[in-house]
Amino acid sequence: MMQNHFQLFNLPQRFALGAAALDAAYHEVQNQTHPDRFAHAGAAEKRVAMQWATRANEAYQTLKNPLSRAAYLCELNGVDLQTESNTAMPGAFLMQQMEWREAFDDALAAGDAAALERLERAIRGARRDEEAATGALLDNGDFDAAAQGVRRLMFLDKFGRDVAAAFERLADQE
Amino acid sequence: MALLQISEPGMSTAPHQRRLAVGIDFGTTNSLVATVRNSIPELLNDEEGRALLPSVVRYLPDGGARIGHKALANQTVDPKNTIASVKRFLGRGLKDIAHAENLPYVFQDAPGMVQIKTAAGVKSPVEIATEILATLRQRAEDALGDDLVGAVITVPAYFDDAQRQATKDAARLAGLNVLRLLNEPTAAAIAYGLDHGSQGVYAVYDLGGGTFDISILKLTKGVFEVLATGGDSALGGDDFDHRLFCWIIEQAALAPLSEEDASLLMAKAREAKELLSVRAETAIDAMLKSGEQVHLTLSAAEFAEMTRHLVAKTVAASRKALRDAGLAPDEIDGVVMVGGATRMPHVRRAIGEFFGSTPLTNIDPDKVVALGAAIQANLLAGNRAAGDDWLLLDVIPLSLGIETMGGLVEKVIPRNSTIPCARAQEFTTFKDGQSAMAIHVLQGERELVADCRSLARFELRGIPPMAAGAARIRVTYQVDADGLLAVSARELRSGVEASIEVKPSYGLSDDDIARMLKDSFGAADLDKQQRALREEQVEAERLLQATASALAADADLLAADERGTVDALLQAVRDAAAGSDARAIKAAVDALAAGTEEFAARRMDRSVRAALSGRKLDELA
Repeated sequence: MMQNHFQLFNLPQRFALGAAALDAAYHEVQNQTHPDRFAHAGAAEKRVAMQWATRANEAYQTLKNPLSRAAYLCELNGVDLQTESNTAMPGAFLMQQMEWREAFDDALAAGDAAALERLERAIRGARRDEEAATGALLDNGDFDAAAQGVRRLMFLDKFGRDVAAAFERLADQE
Repeated sequence: MALLQISEPGMSTAPHQRRLAVGIDFGTTNSLVATVRNSIPELLNDEEGRALLPSVVRYLPDGGARIGHKALANQTVDPKNTIASVKRFLGRGLKDIAHAENLPYVFQDAPGMVQIKTAAGVKSPVEIATEILATLRQRAEDALGDDLVGAVITVPAYFDDAQRQATKDAARLAGLNVLRLLNEPTAAAIAYGLDHGSQGVYAVYDLGGGTFDISILKLTKGVFEVLATGGDSALGGDDFDHRLFCWIIEQAALAPLSEEDASLLMAKAREAKELLSVRAETAIDAMLKSGEQVHLTLSAAEFAEMTRHLVAKTVAASRKALRDAGLAPDEIDGVVMVGGATRMPHVRRAIGEFFGSTPLTNIDPDKVVALGAAIQANLLAGNRAAGDDWLLLDVIPLSLGIETMGGLVEKVIPRNSTIPCARAQEFTTFKDGQSAMAIHVLQGERELVADCRSLARFELRGIPPMAAGAARIRVTYQVDADGLLAVSARELRSGVEASIEVKPSYGLSDDDIARMLKDSFGAADLDKQQRALREEQVEAERLLQATASALAADADLLAADERGTVDALLQAVRDAAAGSDARAIKAAVDALAAGTEEFAARRMDRSVRAALSGRKLDELA
């Protein structure tokens, strides 16, 4: 079972991936391997089924999420995202992050849900654009540039989660 | 009455022989057993035609036990020994049990689960649950006239590992082969989805006697996918009773109650709650043993107000589950109500308001879980034709983590991960020659160890002597399709599988189970020994058949010498099964299983590739 996630699902190894195709492949693999199919089978089949179904779940989660899919493609192509070099971020990107952080802190302090919502939308937009750009780089074989895009996406993802968490806290207080 | 058996059960080789499997709803208040007969799921009734078995066990001084209605009848007379709602105590310690001081039982906190001192001795909640499950098993075998191949047991989706393990242990002790632990909301969705041919995204709101679950499920043709699940495994109809009970005491200004009077008033509170589901007002009258009297009237509106906070808790949990699923309330196509407590009008109103739609209540909320479990049991036992089946993708409800420095918990597997799932982590040693490591596994969403459920402490032993930091120990956490955790570890440099000693923080060790099984079967009980032998023979026959058909399909996957090995193992099983040594049969069966694992893996690989190559590659939506 030394296949990568794309091979497991018999899908082309690239960023552009139809959601329906991925879902269909995932369901098909689970149909064949889920432990429920082997509930009345022998111990050997049960063990193998659990390994395969676990693997299918891991592969599906990795490929379904654009960020983890992009990161995975970088890894498959030998680009290490953890390298210390090349962690420099473009100035414009950093400026945007700082502006957003300030807006976030202000919105939190004021309990301003509407402001948080606006922030959420802005981050979502930036994430979509970055995903598209990174995806194009990956599918064109420019993995080093793509890796930088992935690092920016990680930033955006973390920030997006912080905003969502803050939103939750405000909502709970209502 | 059991039918006269003409042939050895399970020995028929007819491939169309239906395998008898049941679904069991082991509830806080009532338990039920159901099966699929002639393609229709139906509940199995007792001799008096009743489907519900009260989840009550009464212990007698002579060591005997009464289960169900017979036990319930004496609850107010013998509250200390009449154990109800045992589901609330499975996998729990004393401090987990809310209002324990108001319960009439004599609790004993123990390093495993809490224990209860009864007239028949100290009982573990697992043993008490076993009585209920064994009663249902007997009922099923009597009704169906043959041994069961297995059972699907339902559990609240929000049950953690300790509670699940305890449930599985109780079922094993009751002599049931557990095909699957199935989450209650998912079981309801199965009954509902197949019944109504529904597609879409649904919320299942399941408020039982002692537990609350909210599950968000996506139903598409042939696939039930749980998107998120939440709840409270210590919140249910019982708590509404308890609130009313407290109100009665206040209003009637009663002196501290005896156990019998408390039991009587709790029963009155429950009765009033149920009446207020169909009436606007009810009277609460009681004559206490203490001589005091209670004469109160209560309106449905007042009851709704005094229990508003409980309903609010369920709404908060629903909100959280929706957020986890990434959905808004109005994106839900329908809300299904499950559990007797959802009959309360103010509960239905609150949920209807929150989701913005009238909750669906057309399925009997008391029966739907057992029926869904029966449908799934029928599938898992292998009674359905391929292609006529469905896929159930469920999730783990609570994050799993390990203890790190400073009493903090680091999450290893996040909640709502689709199961089965696994995660590996690497550790190293911090002292030269360190040969062991301690790992503490917990479950929960909080950051502090003290706020999470302790599942088990592992001692990894046998790490080969190395310099500090040189060892690479990979610990793998595997959650299976029942939502249960297993941990394995391996030192990568040397390849040594570090042996793990699991000390479950709550629950019975394998030794405990073995002891209890031995005790229940008794040394001189020939009948039970015969049964055990027959079970091993049936299992051996099953494996022989399964291996034969696997070879018939995919023998080409084995090299000649590999085939020779498998044939020898098959012969060993046949030889052992012809004898009367149950242990020898099991050993041969285990050897065959181990010896065909590689073959099973190759077959799996082949079937997956075949299934996927049947699709077109360019299916970009």
